[in-house]
Amino acid sequence: MIEEITTAKEGEMVINIGPQHPSTHGVLHLLITLDGETIKKLEPNLGYIHRSIEKMCESLSYRQFIYSTSRMDYLSAHINNHACAMAVEKAMEIEVPERAEYIRVILDELTRIASHQLWWGAMAMDLGALSPFFYAFREREVITDIMEETCGARLTMNYMVPGGVMTDIHPNFVKHVKDFIVQFKSKIDEYDTLVTDNIIFQNRMKNVGLLSAEDAISYGTSGPTARGSGVSCDIRKTHPYSLYSKLQFEEVIETGCDSFSRYLVRVKEMKQSVKIIEQLIDNIPEGDFVAKTKAVIKLPKGEFYSRAETARGELGVYIVSEGGTTPYRIKFRSPGFSNLSALNHMVKGYKIGDLVAIMGTLDLVIPDIDR
Amino acid sequence: MGNDELLEKLKELFPDASIEQGNDWPELLFEHAQVADGKFLEVVQTLKSTNEFLFNYLFCETCVDWKTHFNMVYHLESTQYRHSMVLKVKLNHEQPSIDSLSFVYRTAEMHEREIFDLFGIVFTGHPNLKRIILTEDWVGHPLRKDYDDPINMIKL
Repeated sequence: MIEEITTAKEGEMVINIGPQHPSTHGVLHLLITLDGETIKKLEPNLGYIHRSIEKMCESLSYRQFIYSTSRMDYLSAHINNHACAMAVEKAMEIEVPERAEYIRVILDELTRIASHQLWWGAMAMDLGALSPFFYAFREREVITDIMEETCGARLTMNYMVPGGVMTDIHPNFVKHVKDFIVQFKSKIDEYDTLVTDNIIFQNRMKNVGLLSAEDAISYGTSGPTARGSGVSCDIRKTHPYSLYSKLQFEEVIETGCDSFSRYLVRVKEMKQSVKIIEQLIDNIPEGDFVAKTKAVIKLPKGEFYSRAETARGELGVYIVSEGGTTPYRIKFRSPGFSNLSALNHMVKGYKIGDLVAIMGTLDLVIPDIDR
Repeated sequence: MGNDELLEKLKELFPDASIEQGNDWPELLFEHAQVADGKFLEVVQTLKSTNEFLFNYLFCETCVDWKTHFNMVYHLESTQYRHSMVLKVKLNHEQPSIDSLSFVYRTAEMHEREIFDLFGIVFTGHPNLKRIILTEDWVGHPLRKDYDDPINMIKL
C-alpha cells in the first residue's frame, strides 16, 4: 500500500475508501488514484473477512458443507443452499419430491425479493435519501417473519438439505405468503413514485458507470449487473433448474448499460418474483418434503458443477470428489467476486462523487467476495 | 451445438489433447508441455474466436491440487450458442506456471490473483500478480494439500 502511494504520479492523489465506510456495505477497502476529482484507477483490497470456506469444506461432510454457504452471500442464503443441494443431488442421482421443489422455489424467490429490497433501500441511502430504507424494511420484515416461522432463522436459514428441505412448512406459511403478496403489490408503486421517478435520483444514476455488453461478458459479470447491459444471462432461463422451466416469467433485460439500467432490472425483477410465487403458492402438492437418502452421503468419484441464479448473479458450485464422505476440493464461483472485477473499468474517468452511484448498483456483499 | 457435436469438433481441432465427455460438458485436458511457450494463449484464442465455438464467457477459473501435480480448470461458455466446455491444463508441482488469460478474458485478472494467492501458481504475463485475499507477508498457500497451520487450522 505504501508502495502504491509513493508511486503515484505528480498531480495524482491516492485515497482510501474503507474498510470501514458505510457505502461499501461491509469491510471492503478501495484504493483510488485521483487526478483532481476524476478517478484514474481503482484497486479493491479484499480479505478482511476471509474465512477460507473452500478449505473448511474439505473437512466437512456433504450434509454439513451446505450450512457454511449460508454465510457467503447471506442475503441469498436459500439460493446458495439450493445450489449446493443440487450439486449433491445431481451426483447422487437423488429425485427431489415435487413438494420440496415447490417450497424451494417459493423460498428462493422470497429471498430474491428480500435481497433486492435491502439493496433498494441501501442504494437510495447511499445517495442521501434516508426514508426509502424504512419503506424497504417494512416489506422485508414480513418476509423475514415468514422465514423465521418456517425455517427457524431470519438470515442464515440452512433450510435446504440434499433431497429436499429440512422440515415441512409451517401451517401458516401459505396464508402469510399470500398476505405478503397482497401487501407487496399495494406498496410496490410507492417504490417508483418515491425513488425511480425522482429527477434528482435519475440525474445521479443515468449515464454513469457505463459497461458495454461485450465488457460485461469479458469481465464475467452476471445477474442484474450484466442484464443491465443487455446480456441475457439468467440461469433460470438459460440453464433452467428445479421448476423454472415450467414457470411463466420474463427475464428482465435493460439495454442502457448505465447505473440506472441496473437499478431498473432489480426493481422489475421483484415484480417477476412475485409472479413466480403466485403461480406456485396455491398448488403446493401433498407428499414428502424430503427424499429418502442414506445417513452418510458418499459422492461417486468425479467432478460435479451446479449453477443457480442468486440475487447477485450466477453462483457455481464445483465439487471434485474422490469417492469419500468429504469433498476433495470445492470451489464456489461467487457472483460478487466476478462483478467486482469490472468495477475498476466502470469507474474509470468518472468523478469521485459518482463512485457510490456506480458501486451501489453492483450490489456487493463482502462475505460473498471474500468467502 | 450439442455436447456430442462439440466433442467431435474439439477432437478434430486438438488431436493431441486428451478429450472426454465429463458429467456436464466435454473436457479438454492438456499436458503443460503441450501448451508451453505461449501456445496456451493460441489455444484459448482459437476457442474464443472460432465461429463454431465462440467461447467468450469464462464463468469459472480455478485450480485443483492433486499432490503430484496441479490441474488448472477453466469453465468456458458461449453466450451466443449456450454451449459450454471445460479446459484443463496439468501443471507440475515444483514450479507451476501458465500463461495468464487476463487479456483474453478480463475477469481472469482477479481470479488469477486469487489462485496465485491460495495455490501459488505463477501466471506469466499477468499485469498485477500479487496476493489478493491474504496479507502480503503470508507464508505458504492455504489451499494446497500439504499446507499446514498448527495454530489456526480447523480439522474435524
